[in-house]
Amino acid sequence: MLSFRGGVHPSENKHSTRHLAVETLPLPPVVFVPMSQHIGAPAKPVVEKGAEVRTGTVIGEAQGRVSVPVHAPLSGTVTGVTEMPHPLAGNRVMTVVIESDGKDTPDTGIGERAADDFTPEQRIEAVRAAGVVGMGGATFPTFFKLSPPKEKRIDTLLINGCECEPFLTADHRVMLEQPAEVVDGALLIARALGVENLIIGVEDNKPDAVETLRRILPSVSDGAQPCSIRILALKTLYPQGAEKQLIKACLNREVPSGGLPMDVGCVVQNVGTAVAVRDAVRFGRPLIERVTTVTGPAITEPKNLRVRIGTPVKALVDYCGGYRAAPAKLIMGGPMMGIAVASDEIPVLKGTSGVLALDADTAAELEDHDCIRCGRCIKACPMGLAPQRLYYHILRKRLEAAERDHVLDCIECGCCAWTCPAKIRLVHHFKFAKSEINARKRRAG
Amino acid sequence: MTQLTVTASPHLRAPGSVRLIMWLVVASLVPAFAGSVWFFGWRALMLTGLGVVSAVGFDALAQKLFGRKVTVDDGSAVITGLLLALNLPPAVPWWIPVVGSAFAVVIVKQFFGGLGHNFVNPALAARAFLVVSWPGLMTAGWLAPRGGNLSGIDGITGATPLAVLKNASEIAGPGGDPAGLLAQAQSWPVVGRLFFGSVGGCLGETSALLLLAGGVFLLVTRLIDWRIPAGYIGTVLVLALVLPGPKHDLLPYLGHHVFGGGLMLGAFFMATDYVTSPITSRGRWVFAVGCGILTVLIRLWGGYPEGVSYSILLMNVATPLIDRFTRPRLFGRVKKATG
Ligand code: SF4
Ligand code: SF4
Repeated sequence: MLSFRGGVHPSENKHSTRHLAVETLPLPPVVFVPMSQHIGAPAKPVVEKGAEVRTGTVIGEAQGRVSVPVHAPLSGTVTGVTEMPHPLAGNRVMTVVIESDGKDTPDTGIGERAADDFTPEQRIEAVRAAGVVGMGGATFPTFFKLSPPKEKRIDTLLINGCECEPFLTADHRVMLEQPAEVVDGALLIARALGVENLIIGVEDNKPDAVETLRRILPSVSDGAQPCSIRILALKTLYPQGAEKQLIKACLNREVPSGGLPMDVGCVVQNVGTAVAVRDAVRFGRPLIERVTTVTGPAITEPKNLRVRIGTPVKALVDYCGGYRAAPAKLIMGGPMMGIAVASDEIPVLKGTSGVLALDADTAAELEDHDCIRCGRCIKACPMGLAPQRLYYHILRKRLEAAERDHVLDCIECGCCAWTCPAKIRLVHHFKFAKSEINARKRRAG
Repeated sequence: MTQLTVTASPHLRAPGSVRLIMWLVVASLVPAFAGSVWFFGWRALMLTGLGVVSAVGFDALAQKLFGRKVTVDDGSAVITGLLLALNLPPAVPWWIPVVGSAFAVVIVKQFFGGLGHNFVNPALAARAFLVVSWPGLMTAGWLAPRGGNLSGIDGITGATPLAVLKNASEIAGPGGDPAGLLAQAQSWPVVGRLFFGSVGGCLGETSALLLLAGGVFLLVTRLIDWRIPAGYIGTVLVLALVLPGPKHDLLPYLGHHVFGGGLMLGAFFMATDYVTSPITSRGRWVFAVGCGILTVLIRLWGGYPEGVSYSILLMNVATPLIDRFTRPRLFGRVKKATG
């Protein structure tokens, strides 16, 4: 079975939503659209208070090399362009508030089918202009990954359909309900990159998705295949969907320590991103909505929802019947890598793959114990690190030692902390150490 | 809306805890403990009880004195007390397990910072300390086990089978018949008794079968790494096979090496102690093989008939070194090409 070394297998907990078709959330009365929803420089607002916008109107211009524009998720009136705390990072970022006019009038040209003959450059520009970013949660601007430096030869495009985070089923539903779009989007990216291989990797806990994609393949690629296409079932093991682990599992290539997928000739894109690329290239549709899973023990009726970017999380929860129990922790993303937030008034972002609400029982903070050197964290670490050792270095404030032992290679997957019987908050320490080390490096120039 | 907790990921944890692990290890020692009571009567119960109670008591006391949180409910002191008692000859006086436990938890464990910080196994270190301080009490005092007789014991002291293997001529005495003694020791019935538990030895090492039962429990629950008992016992077996020794009858001879002299107790319950053994799989192989080599060398050529506890102690000391040379393999360790 295709896989990587290490990893853990937490309870999948996908049963409550895996069979539920995606429902479209009604337009919210108001959306909050932060200018920073991607890795890189935030966009600059280009609308003013009082402006009328249509669905898809550019409201934020990209700034800098690694940046993408931001679009109005619905039509209506801009009621504010202000600094608000970023939903995840907490720093203040410019946010455009739009009151819906309820009409959802598209901006000119959006939704019309474009001609089929693009140059790769046109394709990449369409992806950039549509504000497409990695939708698995990493939110790296997609156009940037599609334009690797000349000296890096890319031979393989990997489409990530693993969705290895417990609880989440959004990608699973997208593969089942929009298989043709997924494959079409993947082929568009493959042509833009000029690769020989296209691989769609899916964990084997989603045999129906593998089946559906394989069935749809001939009709989408209709003979004019630019490259070989394979749909691979991978072992259900967390974090199978982490870029480096996915590449290892599918191609048996190891991204070098400190390197990027392109160093081993790969580009990885999530299935949701593939659909967004298709919408952008074929229909000029900007990224203004996404599929997300609203779930967890504190949600009355978990669902998969198609929602506009900027919709307050509370609207999603209300649509799911509200909270079944008082929520004790609200997480944007999955339980392993998601980010806990302080309020449900924050908006859905381009990278919000799920909204997970835990009740008091499941969110209970466990008391930690001294490390007993059981070695489980080492077995679990997919990056081959020694989390226990790193933890000791960090406790003793020996950041140089932690750096020497490769703490910067930590992908914050959480396997170590998940499995640790002493309940040590290992990832918390690693995040701290990484940001300290990076800050020192920046200071040092 | 109620206050939401905001902490770093991951937001869910695997079931299980240090406490659960420790109490399961205690449970795995119950068969051997019950066996010791069956074989040696109330004495065994008394000695083990004293060992456990004093280990827990001294642990709590030391934690209080050092200003640490009292965590005796994590069961680790219970394990130390149990293991120490199971490593004692049955005829030792009552204060031996008390002194041993005090040494184990106060000096070996809490002095170094408590559970997780000690670098040698507390029970084994305490046993070594007792042997050095009261050699007479700790190396004689073997009683012949008599199953099912709680009140009395025969009071027969005899040489342990491994001592026979080692010093047959001395034990046979002048004019005795060492070859006959060896032949007798290396017979199937004797090995069978070794396995089922009616041959003299420490409280807990009498029955290989009962230890094996606990060991298998630890293996199936994945509480211990199979590499350690497999590597340890395997090495002993192979070395006993290839190295010269008083081999009278090969298979029973090997049986002595494997089932005798506390190897089962050591390989499953003491060499596997997380805190004092290497942390990676590769390191554990090295450790286990090292234990095996030292054990056989001591048994065949060392000054003691028995080598398990010293071998493990020595390898405990080597553990930080082993850890240093057996790091996990870094993903993508090839350095990034510059440029
Ligand atoms: S050390 Fe980092 S990469 Fe390794 S398991 Fe922990 S979080 Fe994942
Ligand atoms: S899993 Fe936890 S207790 Fe075990 S070695 Fe790692 S840090 Fe220590």
